[in-house]
Amino acid sequence: MVPFINRGNKPTKTGFGEGLLEAGKRNHSVIAIGADITTSVGINLFAETFPDRFISLGIAEQNCIGVATGLALEGKIPVFSTYGVFATFRAADQIRISVCYNNVHVIIGGAHAGVSVGPDGATHQALEDIAVMRVMPNMSVLSPCDATQTKLATLAAIENYQGPVYIRFGREAMPDFTESSLPFKIGKAQLFREGYDLTIAATGHLVWEALMAAEELQAHGISARVLNVHTIKPLDEEAIVRAARETGAIITAEEHQVAGGLGGAVAEMVTRYCPVPMEFVGMNDRFGESGNAIALMEKYGMTASMIFKCGLRLVDRKIKNG
Amino acid sequence: MTLRQTKDPEKLNQIATEIRKSVIQSLTEAGSGHLGGSLGLADVFTVLYFSVLHHNPLDPKWPDRDRLILSIGHVAPVLYATLAHAGYFPLVELHSLRKLGSRLQGHPGREHGLPGLELSAGSLGQGLSVAVGMAIAGKLDLRMHKIYAILGDGELQEGSVWESAMAAAHHHLNNLIVIVDRNGVQIDGKTEDVMRLEPLEEKWKSFGWQVECCDGNNTGQLLEAFNKVYGIIDKPSVIIAHTRMGKGIKSIEGNFHWHGKVPDPDQAKEFLRELSGIEQTVDEASGNKI
Ligand SMILES: [Mg+2]
Repeated sequence: MVPFINRGNKPTKTGFGEGLLEAGKRNHSVIAIGADITTSVGINLFAETFPDRFISLGIAEQNCIGVATGLALEGKIPVFSTYGVFATFRAADQIRISVCYNNVHVIIGGAHAGVSVGPDGATHQALEDIAVMRVMPNMSVLSPCDATQTKLATLAAIENYQGPVYIRFGREAMPDFTESSLPFKIGKAQLFREGYDLTIAATGHLVWEALMAAEELQAHGISARVLNVHTIKPLDEEAIVRAARETGAIITAEEHQVAGGLGGAVAEMVTRYCPVPMEFVGMNDRFGESGNAIALMEKYGMTASMIFKCGLRLVDRKIKNG
Repeated sequence: MTLRQTKDPEKLNQIATEIRKSVIQSLTEAGSGHLGGSLGLADVFTVLYFSVLHHNPLDPKWPDRDRLILSIGHVAPVLYATLAHAGYFPLVELHSLRKLGSRLQGHPGREHGLPGLELSAGSLGQGLSVAVGMAIAGKLDLRMHKIYAILGDGELQEGSVWESAMAAAHHHLNNLIVIVDRNGVQIDGKTEDVMRLEPLEEKWKSFGWQVECCDGNNTGQLLEAFNKVYGIIDKPSVIIAHTRMGKGIKSIEGNFHWHGKVPDPDQAKEFLRELSGIEQTVDEASGNKI
């Protein structure tokens, strides 16, 4: 494995904005829908470049989702983005019936994912968006690991996919470490580090933390596999079940509630096909709060050191289980 | 164009009666569903599909067709009966309403493949937003077709309707025409008792819409209203169509208890006889003939 190097911190939302702009240049059917906060979710670039294909609908998420459905039924490729909390929950019924039941190609960008939104506090920290999106039939859920990959994921969702897609990204500048040449395929998890004692299945900002934790575990003689699970639905059954079989233990890591999130999704799959001991890094049935992004990640245990601790505990459990 | 396209109110009335009969028969056989609203809207649907809409039952996806969005999915029986009478699918298929494996879902579902159906809908307050999206797409592509959307009056209590109303006027969607089924009732009783909607005309006007009112059970008046709004430039239009729930069957007209009810076979026999104005044999009226 080529070791990953942080080229510098960058918010993943910039990748979304860049991907949308590039898709818009290539395909005139791409339409962006804004609900007032276009600059803070990264679609202002598109809006400035293609004013005719940018539709301002104001602070009215339910209408935004319905309009996106109508556009998609007419063959357009609508991309709607606002904060993840509002994009998913305020318009949940519209997403369920108008978007998912009609099975239209609508791309929903959920910005400000996780506690790393920081000082804005609990109301604006999307921590249940994956859960509510992944139970919707026909919906796909993406959670790319850095800005570079968010751009690739955005392009893939717009250009090489059908049906509803939810893609989440964050505001805080975080390590940008993947290459744009790294192929991105929706539904195909990426093996970022080989290992045989346990697997860390991580998503979003926690992938970088997982890589650091794996390094630390290695220093303690534990070989950890790292999977970048950028697609939570459809979950890569082949990669997850193989990880369970070959490493016999799995830690999930996400900036989201464990219940219903990546943790829940992996546990459902592993329990069905190859039960192994698991640990879960993520939010545990709590709201976030105001604070510095890094301090919040620390407080709620969504860090490399927490993954490391879970790794030690997991290896213990594995040995006890024989 | 449908083969039976006409501007003659008398002919439209005859078609509406046939559609009402099909609604009663299919709902009786289904054993559940919404009779009142479906009968009340039979004239609106008839005027749309047999006079106003540019559409082609032989080519349901014709790009230049006018689109009809039914937001109140619970009156699906009148949509299905109208589509069948217009020639989108055989009348006999109306027997399958609400049954397992049917293309005629209790509330419309596109994934079941019914020709002529534009939208899966039934959760109130969503249809207008989808219609707005379709109208914006039509404008972007400089197309001439129109988007019609049928909303219930009780549905107007959903806040999302007004988000869409605001957006349609803001974006000057003169290719969008809404029909509000103003029957004045909803499941719990009169709309004005459950949650006041009046002054309804003023509400739409203040949102920037062209408003026309008419008797929604009068095909002549409906034709006139659609004519009036056809050439409106720069803003969307709404036709507030005053209808009577259960229209056509004297004993249930205006009675909100018939919102979500269906007749038993004996009642159906009576209803069909009333619509025909003639005696029918027991067999004909058994609810098994469409
Ligand atoms: Mg009503």
